[in-house]
Amino acid sequence: MSEPSRPRADSTPPGMAFERPIRELESQLAELEELSKRTNLDISEEVSGLRTRLAEEIASAYADLTPWERVNVARHQDRPTVSDYIERAFDESFELHGDKVFGEDRAIVCSLARIGEQRFLVLGNRKGRTTKERMSYNFGCAHPEGYRKALRKMKLAEKLGLPIVSLINTPGAYPGIGAEERGQATAIAENILAMFSIRTPILVIVVGEGGSGGALGIGIGDRVLMLEYSYYSVISPEGCAAILWKDAERTPDAATALKLTAPDLRELKLIDGVIPEPPGGAHRNPAAALAEMRRAIARELEALQKIPTDELLALRRRKYRRAGEIPGRFPVLD
Amino acid sequence: MTENEDIPKVEDDALDDEIAGEGLGPAPEGPTATEERRSRQRWKKREVPEGLWLKCESCGQMIYRKELEEKGMVCPACDFHFTLPGRDRVTMVLDEGSFVEHFADLGALDRLHFTDQIPYSEKVKKTEKRTGQKEALICGTGKIEGRPIVLAVLDFTFMGGSMGEVVGEKVSLAADMARQRREPLIIFTSSGGARMHEGMLSLMQMAKTSAALATLNESGGFSICVLTNPTTGGVTASFASVCDITLAEPGALIGFAGPRVIATTLKQELPPGFQRAEFLLEKGQIDSIVRRANLRATLARLVDFGQGAFVKR
Repeated sequence: MSEPSRPRADSTPPGMAFERPIRELESQLAELEELSKRTNLDISEEVSGLRTRLAEEIASAYADLTPWERVNVARHQDRPTVSDYIERAFDESFELHGDKVFGEDRAIVCSLARIGEQRFLVLGNRKGRTTKERMSYNFGCAHPEGYRKALRKMKLAEKLGLPIVSLINTPGAYPGIGAEERGQATAIAENILAMFSIRTPILVIVVGEGGSGGALGIGIGDRVLMLEYSYYSVISPEGCAAILWKDAERTPDAATALKLTAPDLRELKLIDGVIPEPPGGAHRNPAAALAEMRRAIARELEALQKIPTDELLALRRRKYRRAGEIPGRFPVLD
Repeated sequence: MTENEDIPKVEDDALDDEIAGEGLGPAPEGPTATEERRSRQRWKKREVPEGLWLKCESCGQMIYRKELEEKGMVCPACDFHFTLPGRDRVTMVLDEGSFVEHFADLGALDRLHFTDQIPYSEKVKKTEKRTGQKEALICGTGKIEGRPIVLAVLDFTFMGGSMGEVVGEKVSLAADMARQRREPLIIFTSSGGARMHEGMLSLMQMAKTSAALATLNESGGFSICVLTNPTTGGVTASFASVCDITLAEPGALIGFAGPRVIATTLKQELPPGFQRAEFLLEKGQIDSIVRRANLRATLARLVDFGQGAFVKR
């Protein structure tokens, strides 16, 4: 996200094919603007006409995305990453490394951060922007050390009275030999359990991919929000199609069936709110997405910090104990 | 022919059982996948093939059926611990006649209207009919050698022990009961993971069960989890791994990602014994391995060590 990138026609994944007319208009617009810069021709009318058409095209394409198209937007390579939010939406940040037991997992970032006068701990799944970064961050797939590092830093935040902001963007926890040997399941389970007892506000925002248990391992919070075109799912659509349909071609159907979009999850009352994205998605206008993120974090933390801690923890437990429940369906033992 | 039937043939709704959870991944293919297939033990109406003799799915030995049953479904030749259906587990663990089942009437709802090859609601109906149970978790109160406990048993015969809303709720209710009654909570797991057909509602059960355990812990409660073959995915990554004591049965497959998922990701063969209980013990991931024959006595001893639970210090 270092520079606004030109449309890359050949690298479009099939799930982003709906953007083709948008991309065509965008490149026409870019050519016209360049032409007007190079020459003295007055083509402002053509330019503004094209702008209007582009805005209309974006609005109509994005008004009607399928769940699978949303998944593709959530994975878009130009979408702001967690590093972008930390480096460009906050006023200050200082990274804290290491689980202090086994190693440093770069797939999860933990930083002390500040917006205005509001100081907090930010956690996030780091995916990387370049190939080199992506490899070094293991494509956002954390090992047990990442979860243990996050827990260690959360306990520090608790001690210092800093609220916690967790930015989720992972395809899932890493399924590897070393990860299993060192207790991937236990690391995630311990984080989930511990986050119910951390005595400081926790704000969770899914900014891209919410990949199952790997996301939940840093995803328990007093408020859970999702960016408009992010997704959150118990399994990837690809994995679900392979298991239940035994057919990779059915991935878009699996995406629909899983009800993994922000609006669907809001309706199921599994998340607390949706943060709007700029027209055409965060990848089309990263600056606007970063500004919105900054406002949302400041607003939510201010609200959460007004709640007395004992009440906050009781509310947090009740929220998950009754997550998405149809009222009265289950007995209550209290 | 029934006497020496091989591994039961994969039939349609048996397949549904093995694939209901997200953790194990796609079904194995080809002859090299026997090791893994063993962990996906499916149970049909005839839970064990009829007849006087049957073949151990692990070592191939012909076993006299009565002997197998007497040994608690453990192969006398190779010590392979067959996956036990939930009801049999309850009978095996508790004192005779002591079990009082709770919340047996809670059944699954198809809240997402999820349809893959058949609608989820139909799958549930079929499974209810076949098992005579409403869901994959059996819970209640009972005694082990006279000691009162709260018991929760995941039943692999019901959609692969996968965790949806009801399973998560019943695990949480069991934790609540343990807290109210000031009794130890003992959980047995065997599960393919979170139930995909309930989407994010099933993922949230990882959080729900943990919230209930956090509250139990705060009250000083005592919990033991016994991991049995197989336990994977969202069950391993939540309540199954954070009880006070974690035991496992010999040879049980236990992991976050199933072996198929890992092998596909890494594009390599997995080392022998990978993700088996013995492997986890060696890697420091579980407290102990307990043979089925010793389970009742071991649990009774551990419960005695937990007498100081629920006492404020």
